[in-house]
Amino acid sequence: MSKSGLKRDQHRAALFLLVPGILTIVLFTTVPALTTLSYSLFAWVGFQRGDFIGLDNFLRLFEYPFRDQFFMVLRHNTLVFIAVMIFQTGLGLLVAYALFKVVRGRRAYRTIVFLPVIFSLVIVGYMWQTLLDPFYGPINQILLKVGLTDWALPWLGDTRTALPTLVFINLWRWVGFPAIVFLAGLNAINQEFIEAARIDGASEGQIFRKILFPLLAPSLTIITVLTFIGAFEWFDLPFVLGGSNGSPAGATDTLALMFYRLSFGSVDSGANNVGVGSALGVVIFTIVGLGAALGSNLLRRREVEM
Amino acid sequence: MKLLANRTFYQSVLIINAILVLTPIFFLINSSLRETSEFSRSPFGLARNPYWGNYTSVWSGGEFPSYLLNSLIITGGSLFLIAILSVGAGFVLARYQFRGSKLVLAFVLTGMLIPAKLAILPLFIQLKWMGLLDSRIGLILVYTSAALPAAIFIMSGFFRSLPLDLDSAARIDGASELQLLRRVLIPLVKPGMAIVAIYSAIPIWNDFFLPLVFLQSPEKKTIMQGLTVFFGQYASQWGVLFAGLTLAALPLVILYLILSEQFIKGLTAGAVKG
Repeated sequence: MSKSGLKRDQHRAALFLLVPGILTIVLFTTVPALTTLSYSLFAWVGFQRGDFIGLDNFLRLFEYPFRDQFFMVLRHNTLVFIAVMIFQTGLGLLVAYALFKVVRGRRAYRTIVFLPVIFSLVIVGYMWQTLLDPFYGPINQILLKVGLTDWALPWLGDTRTALPTLVFINLWRWVGFPAIVFLAGLNAINQEFIEAARIDGASEGQIFRKILFPLLAPSLTIITVLTFIGAFEWFDLPFVLGGSNGSPAGATDTLALMFYRLSFGSVDSGANNVGVGSALGVVIFTIVGLGAALGSNLLRRREVEM
Repeated sequence: MKLLANRTFYQSVLIINAILVLTPIFFLINSSLRETSEFSRSPFGLARNPYWGNYTSVWSGGEFPSYLLNSLIITGGSLFLIAILSVGAGFVLARYQFRGSKLVLAFVLTGMLIPAKLAILPLFIQLKWMGLLDSRIGLILVYTSAALPAAIFIMSGFFRSLPLDLDSAARIDGASELQLLRRVLIPLVKPGMAIVAIYSAIPIWNDFFLPLVFLQSPEKKTIMQGLTVFFGQYASQWGVLFAGLTLAALPLVILYLILSEQFIKGLTAGAVKG
C-alpha cells in the first residue's frame, strides 16, 4: 500500500489514467478562467498588460462610455430570459404534454420535435434571415399575398422587431429541448396517481394542475436554470444575425457581444479594452453563477417528492 | 379546460409543430435545387426539375470541401481525446478510493460551470504563447478541455453502476488494472461512451465562436465558420447559399435520422435523469 491508500499497480494506473484528463482541464479551462479574473485587475494597452489598478475596470463599467451600453445589454438579456421562459418553456411544456397524450406516431413526432436542436445556430440564423428577407423572403411574400401589407415588416432590420424576432428564431431552434426534458419528467410520474385521481372524478385540467405540474417541478428547475445560463450568455444567434454590434442600432446587443467587442475590438468602437472586457467577463460569470445557484435553490424548495 | 381532455387538440398541436419545423427545412432543400433567377418570379415554386448547378458551385467554387474536412478533423480529434481521457478519469474516480478523490471530483464538477467563452482572452494569449494559435491542434485541446468535465462526470456514473464483483473476479484471474478496464469494463460502458460522444461532438461540430477567434488561415477554417465567409461571397445567389446551408446541415441530419434515440439521450444528458 502506498501513501494514497491504493495498491501499487492501482496507484500507477490512477496516475496514468486520471492525470492527463485533469491536466487538460487545468491547462485549458481552470487557468484561463482564473487568469480572466487577474486580467480584470490590471490596466491594458491592446494586449500589453500595464499596472495593477484594483477594481478600476469594474468601476469603469459604470461610467461613460460603458455605462449606458452595459445597462442596455443587461436589459436585453433580462427581457430575453423572461420571453424565453414564457414562450419557449411554455410551448415546450405544451408539446411535451401532447407527446405524452398522443400514442399514435409518438416516435416520429418526437424525432421531428427535437430535429431543430441538432442544427447549428449559424445554419438556423442564415436560413431564417433569407426566410425573413424584407423583399424576396417567402414570409413577407405570403403576408403581402393574403393582404396583410402592414405586417410585411423588415423583421430583422427594424429596431422594434429585431429582438423579438431573434427570440422567435431561438424558440424555433430550441423548443424541442424543454419538450423532451418535460416528456421525460412526465414519463417518470407514476401512472397510478393519475388513475386514482381520475377514479375520484378529477378533471383533466385538475390532474394537470394538481398532480402533473407539481411533480414536473424538478424538470422545470433544470430548464429554468439552463434557460437563465443560456439567456445571459446569449451570443451565437445575435452574432450571426446582427453582427458584433447588435444591429440594427444595438437593438440585438447582448452582454456576450459587448464582452466580445471589448475583448477583440470592433469596426466602429475601435480598439479593444482587455481590462474592462475581463471585468465584464467576470460580471457575466458572476450573474450566471449566482442566478443558477439561487434559482436552483429557490425552485428546489418547492419541488415535491412522490 | 375542456381542451385538455381533447385528444384531437393534442394531435393538432403535434401536427402544427411538425409543419412549423419541417416547412423551413423543406424550403431550404427545395430552394437549393432551383436556379437563383427563379426566385423573383415564383418564390415558392417546387423544384420539379432539380437543378444541381448550385451544388456544383458550392463544391468547386470555394473552400467548401476543405471547411468540411477541417470540421471532421477537429470534431474527430476532440472526440478521440475526450473518449480516452474521460474513460480513464471516470474509471479512476468511480473505482478507486484514495485521499483527495472527492476533491478531484469536486474540481471536475466546477469545471462544468466555467464557460469557455468567458475565458477566451487568456486562452487566446495562452495559445499564442504556446504556438497553438491558428492551429487545429490548439482548437482540439480547447474543445477537449471544455467537454471533459461533463464527459468524466457521465462516465464515472456509468462505471459506478457496474458491480464491483467484476473487478474482483478479473483481478483474481490475474488481470492488470488496464486489462480490467479494457477487457471487462469498457465493453460494458459503451452506451455511456455513445452519450458522451454525442453530447460532446454536436456542439463542437456546430460551434463557430472558437474557430472565429482562434483560426485565421482560410485553409484551416471549419464549416460553420466557413459559412459566414461563404454567405458574404454569395450574398445575392440564393440558390448557392441554400445549397451550402443544406450541405453543411446534411451530415448531422442523416446521422440524427438513423440514431435519433441516442441523439436525444445524448443531447439532454445532464438535464434528464437516467
